Amino acid sequence: MSPHWKLWTAQVAAILRLELKKTLLSRRGWWMYLLFAGPPLLTFGHSLHVMSRGSWNCTIGEDGMIYATIFQFFYLRLAIFFGCLAVFGNLFRGEVLEKTLHLYLLAPVRREVLLAGKYLAGLIAAIVIFGGSAALAFIGIFLHFGQGFQDFLWRGPGLQHLGWYSLVMVLACIGYGAVFLAAGVVFRNPMFAGAVVMVWESINGYVPEILQKFSVIFYLKSLAPVEVPLRGPLALIAVVGEPVPAWLAIPGLLVVSLLVLLYAAAKVRQMEVSYSE
Amino acid sequence: MSIVFDNVSRFYGEVLGVNRVNLTIPPGVTSLVGPNGSGKSTLMNLMTGLIRPTQGEIRVLNIPPDEPERLFQLTGYCTQVDAFPRGLTGYQFLYSYLRLHGKPDAECRQLATEALERVGMAEAGNRLVAAYSKGMRQRIKLAHAIAHKPLVLVLDEPLNGLDPMARAETIALFREWGQEGRHVIVSSHILHEVDRISDQVILLSHGYVVAEGQIQGVRSEVTDQPIQILVRCNRPHLLASRLFEQDHVVEARVDSDNKGLLLRTRDADRLYLLLNRVVMETGLEVESVAPADEDVNSVYQYLIGHDGGTA
Repeated sequence: MSPHWKLWTAQVAAILRLELKKTLLSRRGWWMYLLFAGPPLLTFGHSLHVMSRGSWNCTIGEDGMIYATIFQFFYLRLAIFFGCLAVFGNLFRGEVLEKTLHLYLLAPVRREVLLAGKYLAGLIAAIVIFGGSAALAFIGIFLHFGQGFQDFLWRGPGLQHLGWYSLVMVLACIGYGAVFLAAGVVFRNPMFAGAVVMVWESINGYVPEILQKFSVIFYLKSLAPVEVPLRGPLALIAVVGEPVPAWLAIPGLLVVSLLVLLYAAAKVRQMEVSYSE
Repeated sequence: MSIVFDNVSRFYGEVLGVNRVNLTIPPGVTSLVGPNGSGKSTLMNLMTGLIRPTQGEIRVLNIPPDEPERLFQLTGYCTQVDAFPRGLTGYQFLYSYLRLHGKPDAECRQLATEALERVGMAEAGNRLVAAYSKGMRQRIKLAHAIAHKPLVLVLDEPLNGLDPMARAETIALFREWGQEGRHVIVSSHILHEVDRISDQVILLSHGYVVAEGQIQGVRSEVTDQPIQILVRCNRPHLLASRLFEQDHVVEARVDSDNKGLLLRTRDADRLYLLLNRVVMETGLEVESVAPADEDVNSVYQYLIGHDGGTA
């Protein structure tokens, strides 16, 4: 490893030490623990309820569809979206509001390295919280099937499904994380940018197919192992796009995230702190 | 190796921060003096890269401020901002930010401990910063600025909130660093303390550098204000009567103890010659002769005035 990379690695590790403590162990992050605990509590509660009755009239396929719905509508559109908005949007903007950003800017750290360290810290925090929650909820919803669940997991498609859900989770954190980190760097109030992105992501299924490709959710939906069909009156106006193959969706999302991060790095390089004025 | 401002201006929209600043700051203690809003913090933020000049160029020991990875190996900045990351003790705060230098764990531990000792905070190092008094927070900020032993120290109102004992100790530290050949750049409102610290001063008003250099040199350039000289002697009335015959002496005031005479003259050299002559002719016993307004406070009053406007 070259001396530069050795230094940058050590600096990123130092940033992670500071940031993870702030993000994961902060009293202000209580609501993220609620998001973490909510779905697993519900799914484990469901399993315990079914087991206490001693019989059940649902199948693994039906519960798998319920989980896919929870994953797409709760995790992707709500928990991860707003979680990433709060975590990544505050990496820089939060420090400006708390007037502590200058402490980083007065250290011998390239600003690009600072951005990389903060992004990595946000990514680890988001993946631990939401990935952990989604995995627990997955176990919880199938638990009452007992041996059937074990067969589904080890001899059926269960483990593969869990792997795809985890991958989608990680990619969602990477994509939304990059967007909201950039928003926190560029805008005084990243919440406004968040609201715009949220509206765009929400109407994604109802815009022409070509426009659907300019969103994160489109690629993530393509990768989900279980497709959730749209129901109700809105299904009539929905535009169902051709799913993007994984070999294109994964690198595509990574490249877009990288481009957004490069833009954010250029902005951080120009960033000024004048709250002492 | 100096800190150089080359025709530097900084505007905040249409508001002037500093304008056309040309400075070369040598090693030693340099004080930035000026009223609120005169541009002291702007100059400090510019030289540390927290803000960028609208025009002009800055070099700190030949390093441009937009290269933090090089600049802050050599520079420490104690800002006026009284904010710290939550949940850290004084020691953890210093240690965590020292790790950003890429130094190994043991070295960071040692530097953090040394910095705490240097500012008299060794005992309080394991307490949360949030529980510190204002003076302690000020000292931990100083410790943060000096922990990596920088060659350039930029200190924005570093004596704020310190008790008299801590002020004296801190001033002694500044002098020590200045004598070690470091650049110590201090802004302060407290002019008599600036006098005790500084090797040179930079006077600012409304974003302009009004004067710079050693205080005697700055005073001598203020030619429109008569120079004040205090003579301690046994017969001040006699001396006053002789000196008043001269047209360059504009004022002579005898001290209430009848042992001193405060003179204001437009020509100090002629006054000293005349004083010699009076001593020879009258046998006047002179205890001391000293300039009475070669200090930052007087120069500040002459050049900037009470209201902060340029005189």
